[in-house]
Amino acid sequence: MKEKGWKEIPIGGLILEPGNAEKYLTGSWRTFRPVVNKEKCTSCLLCWIYCPDDSIIVEDEQMKGFRYEHCKGCGICKNVCPFKAIEMVEESKYQQIEK
Amino acid sequence: MATIEAMTGDEVAAEAMRQINPDVVAAYPITPQTEVVQNFSQSVANGRVKTEMIRVESEHSAMSACVGASAAGVRAMTATCANGLALMWEIVYIAASYRLPIVMAVANRALSGPINIHCDHSDSMGARDSGWIQLYSENCQEVYDNLIQAVKIAEDKSVLLPVMVCFDGFIISHATERVEILDDEKVKNFIGEFKPQYPLLDLNNPVTYGPLDLFDYYFEHKRQQVEAMENAISVIEKVGKEYEKISGRKYELVEKYNLEASDMVIIAAGSTAGTIKATIDELKEKGINVGLLKIRTFRPFPHVQIRDALKDKLCVAVMDRSASFGARGGPIFLEIRSTLYEEKKKPVVVNYIYGLGGRETTVEHIKKVVDNLSKIKKTGKVDRLIDYLGVRE
Amino acid sequence: MPSLKELSHKKELLSRGHRLCPGCGAPIIVRQVLLAADKPVIVACPTGCLEVGTTIYPYTAWKMPWIHCAFENAAATLSGVETAYRALKKQGKIKDDIRFIAFGGDGGTYDIGLQSLSGALERGHRMLYVCYDNEAYMNTGIQRSSASPLGAHTTTTPPGKAIPAGKTESRKNLTEIVAAHNIPYVAQASPGYHMDLMKKVQKALSVDGPSFINVFSPCPRGWRYPAEKTIEIAKLAVLTGFWPLYEVENGKYRITYKPRKKRPLREFLEAQGRFKHLLAEENKPIVERMEKEIESREKELMIRAGEGEK
Ligand SMILES: Cc1ncc(C[n+]2csc(CCOP(=O)(O)OP(=O)(O)O)c2C)c(N)n1
Ligand code: SF4
Ligand code: SF4
Ligand code: SF4
Ligand SMILES: [Mg+2]
Repeated sequence: MKEKGWKEIPIGGLILEPGNAEKYLTGSWRTFRPVVNKEKCTSCLLCWIYCPDDSIIVEDEQMKGFRYEHCKGCGICKNVCPFKAIEMVEESKYQQIEK
Repeated sequence: MATIEAMTGDEVAAEAMRQINPDVVAAYPITPQTEVVQNFSQSVANGRVKTEMIRVESEHSAMSACVGASAAGVRAMTATCANGLALMWEIVYIAASYRLPIVMAVANRALSGPINIHCDHSDSMGARDSGWIQLYSENCQEVYDNLIQAVKIAEDKSVLLPVMVCFDGFIISHATERVEILDDEKVKNFIGEFKPQYPLLDLNNPVTYGPLDLFDYYFEHKRQQVEAMENAISVIEKVGKEYEKISGRKYELVEKYNLEASDMVIIAAGSTAGTIKATIDELKEKGINVGLLKIRTFRPFPHVQIRDALKDKLCVAVMDRSASFGARGGPIFLEIRSTLYEEKKKPVVVNYIYGLGGRETTVEHIKKVVDNLSKIKKTGKVDRLIDYLGVRE
Repeated sequence: MPSLKELSHKKELLSRGHRLCPGCGAPIIVRQVLLAADKPVIVACPTGCLEVGTTIYPYTAWKMPWIHCAFENAAATLSGVETAYRALKKQGKIKDDIRFIAFGGDGGTYDIGLQSLSGALERGHRMLYVCYDNEAYMNTGIQRSSASPLGAHTTTTPPGKAIPAGKTESRKNLTEIVAAHNIPYVAQASPGYHMDLMKKVQKALSVDGPSFINVFSPCPRGWRYPAEKTIEIAKLAVLTGFWPLYEVENGKYRITYKPRKKRPLREFLEAQGRFKHLLAEENKPIVERMEKEIESREKELMIRAGEGEK
């Protein structure tokens, strides 16, 4: 975000754009990334209710994966999954592939 | 039709609040402001106002609740002084920073310690850099008039800053005077409806108040506050003129009394301005002329108006009802001297610290000040740059 | 209480992209509380990790109106907002049915903000105050608070040769202090028991007056455990009796969850670096004192809930 001058920003330190933190991508914090095994997942949504960063994608009540732009890789989802459907994989492996 | 009533400063402050009819008042009692809270509570109890009153457990919470209410988007008021103002200190700054047009009556009282309940300006002067507009009142009538104008000044779109209306504890708060009260309707129309810019209660436009503001933006927000204070100068003048139309009473940033007639000037804020006026009148009969420049607006400091008023004057005595320990003089003195710094031809300016902790300041004291000014004028010599009026050696 | 599947259709009110530590308990609690709320809400936070981590200018993670004023005054500030709402409601200027929620850390609630909270509770403002209790001042670097448990290693109660125990005082029982205000609803909850927590939130938001929920909020950074264990520890606290789940509804106590088999306190202590020193022989008396305290509180609670012998 370009830093604005004092005449360009709202007064009082107010932020008028609710939830704009979403533009701040915390996914880069991650050293391990969660990966789901769809075979094992029952979409019980426990990972979703326990994710501190709202990074579990749920569509039509089904667990559809992760929002890697924001997921911090804490591993809570892996830890709470009753079906051991989530695995934490070292991020460096993916970065090599993506590069 | 306006009515004439005999009222104390506290009573008239509560009366002004009744007519302003704020949506929320959050306040806590402290001498000598207590009667403001009590009398206003009676108005609430009698159903004479629409106000929801929050009887908080401390001044800290009073100011916090005012911040919450004002941010929510309603007119909020409070009243306090001295230790109460000190306790709410942290939130006083926050109210200004969030640009909340809260109006607060301050019945000036000396700050502890040792504890004292009487008048001086150490409480509000300590808050002079908090970002609040400060209006000082000379008498009960001005308490009333300033409070009503304060609402309109605070809420002006180019300002949006909180306002303290200061009046001397006991000397004004507990003195019964003749006061002209405007019609309720007139006051209501004068202040108009409050139209908040960023109300928290607007669910369709959710706003975040009070984020963590670091080195990348905090400075810009402070710069905005500086600008708002500067804008307040013309707004205070404008509101004063509008108020004159409904009340017949003239209000400017500073008041000049017998100023043109003399090259000697006394500068003061608060009730002592009245004592000085009486002294001036008395001395005039004896052929001695001295002028008064009364500081009604201390924040923003009307330096242009003061500079102009002091043009061609020879000697000036600045009266400060608070000490600024370790500084070269009291707070008003410092401002006046700084204002005159660029002037090629400037008067001699001396300082009197007076009236601390309610120490009485009489016509006799003021005569001493005038004597000294005359001496300076004659000899061009200053014995003491900063003197303490009425303290025992 | 709707099922998780049903809840998954609701709009999230705390956005991602906040900067709380990975695995922090606080945003889990906030998400659960907000998912349980059926009415529009306005939120206040005192200074602390949650406030700092969610609103670093020019970003805010809050999708509803939100206010932070200072560290010790969330309850007073929100009482001002709630009163303004009532004033406008009375004047017919506002139609919405709004609920008011404060999320305060233990420092901002047990310690510096206790007066403000007590005042607001006594005045009867209709608001829900949720304390996310991570048992220390985390935002300033893990200093002890009156919520820090006996024996906790914080940066102001480090174990040393002269004081091997870490914190030598027991924690304040804030839930009981709040209950003594005789407000309509008080509860203790843990994000590890999300349904229990969300049910309590629904009850709290339905009462016409103040309500308070004290929520156990694991902090991987301050308690020194791997981030993935946040929920595990939130459950262990309950299963060991360290953090009983109960509610006080109009003065009536009810234990809302009873572990079928209680787990030894040791498991809870072993899982966290802040208690590591307690496993040494010299600190045995501290652990015993902790166990005794848990036991007596459990008894007391049973009696209040009408389940124990008088
Ligand atoms: C009046 C005041 N004193 C001290 C601080 C410094 N301070 C900011 S947050 C904080 C601790 C917060 O602790 P807690 O309420 O438990 O929240 P946490 O950060 O643990 O979530 C302290 C001491 C402050 N901001 N204001
Ligand atoms: S917890 Fe496991 S089974 Fe349940 S939705 Fe998540 S991945 Fe699927
Ligand atoms: S690793 Fe943590 S942040 Fe990422 S999806 Fe799982 S619980 Fe959420
Ligand atoms: S220090 Fe603890 S409470 Fe604070 S953000 Fe990190 S994990 Fe959360
Ligand atoms: Mg804490």
